Amino acid sequence: MAPARSDRSPWNWLLLVPIVVPLLVPLYNRVEPTLFGWPFFYWVQLLFVGLGVLTTVLVYRATRRSPADRAAARAAVTRDTAARDTTARDTTDRDGGR
Amino acid sequence: MDGVNVVELTIVVVLFLVVTVMGFVASRWRRAESLMHLDEWGLGGRSFGTWITWFLLGGDLYTAYTFVAVPALMFGAGAAGFFAVPYTVVIYPLVFLVVIRLWSVSHVRGFVTPADFVRSRFDSPGLALLVALTGIVATMPYIALQLVGIEAILKAMGVEGELPLVVAFVILALYTYNSGLRAPALIAFVKDTLIYLTIIVAVIVIPSKLGGWDAIFGAAEEKFSAGTGAGVLLPATGQLGYATLALGSALALFLYPHSITGILAASNRDVLKRNMSALPLYSLALGAIALLGFMAIAAGVTPIGEDGNTIVPVLFQEMFPSWFAGIAFAAIGIGALVPAAIMSIAAANLFTRNIYKEFLKKDATPRQEAQVAKVTSLVVKVGAVAAILFIDPQFSIDLQLIGGVIILQTLPAVALGLYTRWLHRGGLIAGWFAGMAAGLLLLYNIQRVGPDGTVVREHFGGSSFPLSKLGLDVASSVYAGFLALLVNLLVTVLVTVALRAARVAEGVDGTAETDYTAEREDPTFRDLPDPLESAPPGSTGGADARR
Repeated sequence: MAPARSDRSPWNWLLLVPIVVPLLVPLYNRVEPTLFGWPFFYWVQLLFVGLGVLTTVLVYRATRRSPADRAAARAAVTRDTAARDTTARDTTDRDGGR
Repeated sequence: MDGVNVVELTIVVVLFLVVTVMGFVASRWRRAESLMHLDEWGLGGRSFGTWITWFLLGGDLYTAYTFVAVPALMFGAGAAGFFAVPYTVVIYPLVFLVVIRLWSVSHVRGFVTPADFVRSRFDSPGLALLVALTGIVATMPYIALQLVGIEAILKAMGVEGELPLVVAFVILALYTYNSGLRAPALIAFVKDTLIYLTIIVAVIVIPSKLGGWDAIFGAAEEKFSAGTGAGVLLPATGQLGYATLALGSALALFLYPHSITGILAASNRDVLKRNMSALPLYSLALGAIALLGFMAIAAGVTPIGEDGNTIVPVLFQEMFPSWFAGIAFAAIGIGALVPAAIMSIAAANLFTRNIYKEFLKKDATPRQEAQVAKVTSLVVKVGAVAAILFIDPQFSIDLQLIGGVIILQTLPAVALGLYTRWLHRGGLIAGWFAGMAAGLLLLYNIQRVGPDGTVVREHFGGSSFPLSKLGLDVASSVYAGFLALLVNLLVTVLVTVALRAARVAEGVDGTAETDYTAEREDPTFRDLPDPLESAPPGSTGGADARR
């Protein structure tokens, strides 16, 4: 069984910002100020893309595990791939997968 | 065939051949000794890292149909079509914490589909069947619509007849059969490189030819000022619909089986978290693509026949030299193949796990499962081609509209189920039926009104439901799927309370609390007997778990 872990963190609340802001349509449904000829409505929504990236990056970096733990996860991928191939060699007839 | 653009066609055919070879070679990529296991064929060995996952999910979520239909919507409906941008902004923070829970529990328990999870969590093959059927029904028209994207470029190149479409899909079906999820994962590299190249060139070249962005937005303003409703900004009554459509679509997207397939194929939780930050790059591209609709207005593009979906191909033809138009068309065409492959794999996984294995052959071996899935993926694609050839394409568009609404009805079981076991399986089933009925009823009663105010279609005319029809004294409309989901949630909760009060058995939870936060290095039950054969109460000891 997996050890008890938790995904909880106060940082997660930050994720609400890029969810709520793009849905507040009346705030940005306007032409002025324009940017390079783009009405506000259009360029600000592309700016929201950046807002989403910024907050998810912040939350990820603030809540990620120690380098050793992450290395263990990566090692597990390699280990499972090797084990999978061994199992396949042992148990499956070889002609099937081609 | 007269009027065929030879340069364009040659480039498209050559690039198509390149991805065909890649599709077949993919079975040897990242060396699986045998593909005859659903984890291998259907989930690429659950081994994809950050880059592959980025290309795979990007190719999966941002489909050719999106690239063709969103500008067509902007062309016809103005600002309302731009909902695709907030939709793909809110989605990633929204599912950031959800997808990693789904990945973890699926990793530990060996779930291949969302219905696998629901079955185990709520101890209910019936509820799992509903989730699986919803997924298959919602996905089928989506696959068919990818063909609409290919049709649009074929029309623009002057190619007539249905044969090229059939040939393209037969080849796609064969390499998907052969290589499974590895094929679209490898081809996605080509698809996305071509898409980004096309978009970057388009946003630099086209505005300069049309006299700058001022002229583009000005032309759109002028076009819409004549009609009613549409405009460069949203009408006051359209704002609620815009926000609910963006939110509702975002909630629906990650419930689609093909999205979940992409997620479960990731190798660990960090891969998914990083992708929630990296995938929005596609949303920027989508924003630029949406504006191609306004560029088409400024360039005075007229669609081929009555098919609004051809405006982007026609625009490319008018603005680019033939050789680059060919590259752009290949981008759209290959962009249709990647999601179509993943969707058919996802539908095949659902059929195999939650219908075949559950109800038809309980003792199926992993090898038989993989074989059934491979054949099902073929059947699904034949069905999609038949749907486009023999049924009015409009029918697929209607079905896809319905698809978004019905897939939302699996949210309580699939997404809320990741957080709480409080909901009763009976309540979830009742809620599903209520939400489904409400959604279809709402869609049935939506009319499509033409620019001159007359009713063009009486039923299934769109997805935004006018609140005035519910007796509310407002002019706003709301995304129908959103209302249906509210009905679903209400019924789910009420019936759950009733069943709990009556002490109706709620079944045994086949998952443990710690499963939901498990990391890649933690032990799994995957090599133990299949979870569909034995649903051990969550706490079966770790002693015999693998590693």
